[in-house]
Amino acid sequence: MAETIKSPMPGTFYRRPDPESAPFVNEGDEVSSGDTIGIIEVMKSFHEIKAEGAGTVSRFLIEDEDPVGAGQDLVELE
Amino acid sequence: MAIKVRKPGLLTTVQDTGRFGEYDIGMPPSGAMDVFSYQIGNYLVGNEDGAAGLEITYFGPELEFTEGAVIAITGADLPPKINGEEVPTWEALWVEEGDVLSFDYLRNGARSYLAVAGGIDVPIFIHSRSTYTLIGLGGHEGRALKEGDHLKIGEAGDRSVRVGMAVAREQIPTFSDETELRVIIGLASYRLTEESMRTFLGTTWTVTPDADRVGYRYKGGELGFVEREQPAGAGADPANVVDFGYPVGSIQVPGGVEPIVLVNDAVTGGGYATIGTVISVDRDALAQTKTNDKTRFRRVELAEALEAREARRRQMAEIRQALL
Repeated sequence: MAETIKSPMPGTFYRRPDPESAPFVNEGDEVSSGDTIGIIEVMKSFHEIKAEGAGTVSRFLIEDEDPVGAGQDLVELE
Repeated sequence: MAIKVRKPGLLTTVQDTGRFGEYDIGMPPSGAMDVFSYQIGNYLVGNEDGAAGLEITYFGPELEFTEGAVIAITGADLPPKINGEEVPTWEALWVEEGDVLSFDYLRNGARSYLAVAGGIDVPIFIHSRSTYTLIGLGGHEGRALKEGDHLKIGEAGDRSVRVGMAVAREQIPTFSDETELRVIIGLASYRLTEESMRTFLGTTWTVTPDADRVGYRYKGGELGFVEREQPAGAGADPANVVDFGYPVGSIQVPGGVEPIVLVNDAVTGGGYATIGTVISVDRDALAQTKTNDKTRFRRVELAEALEAREARRRQMAEIRQALL
């Protein structure tokens, strides 16, 4: 059963901690509860988005640096 | 009576009508950004004008009440829940001791207001309880709420008679991801070329993720300034003028890109040409725009701005009357 990780807030979504680094996670990676999967930038601050359960990242539903809305699906976990 | 902050949300601050009238010492007003929603919350719970509430931005907190209380949530479409059950907005509600208020994801708008009968009892600093986070003044310890905070609530007496009172449907503002804001052109609009003024008024601007209680920044076009030899005292950027005061709601365009509307926590003066000012009534609408939303600016004259302000005053008086 696929689950999604949602954005709690509107802003800009980033898949990597900074432009020179590798993405936090890639499709096919295993994640555990509490792992960071991305960052939302809003109001000049950055907020880590963490997995709430364990699973495998089946796909990203948003591109790096795309605008994001509150409650929008970011990642699908299996 | 107190509120325990179990989770703070993204940016939850104590705000009231603000500390207007302190520009002479360089103090911005702070205060609730959407005055209408904030004030109606106070009417619902039977508070005096100016009682402090919470301004909740983009993502809601989780709050526990240590005693029974009358509360109301107004503003953005950020669905509130008590003990996990969705409850109405724009209506006076009863919460029991131990009840937990939380919020679903934001649907529209940007800021919700929590009014509690008795008001949030934080120390008054220069005639206001509003938080000015940039320099850590006012509100609860001069900052946004954190997990574990306790907020004292003022004495309210028995207000249970208010429970169930609600604002009439047609009086409740609706928010969308496209907003028009009315502006008065000036004070230094003479610096902008005529073509750029047309561009400014003709462009559908996008709210950037930077937009906050200090300023709302937009992208979507580029504006040019009239060429001139900069006068003594003005900086080298063609957007510079000799320093002057910035009205709340004034619009500046540093470097000719990304106009910024200065709002409640903004600097009170400086050397950027302000090309217009968002009228006071429409600053409520601005406060409910969120990052990535679309905004257009429409030119109006002072008479229309004053008329809009008077119409808003009458509407608020009507709502208050209906809730007495």
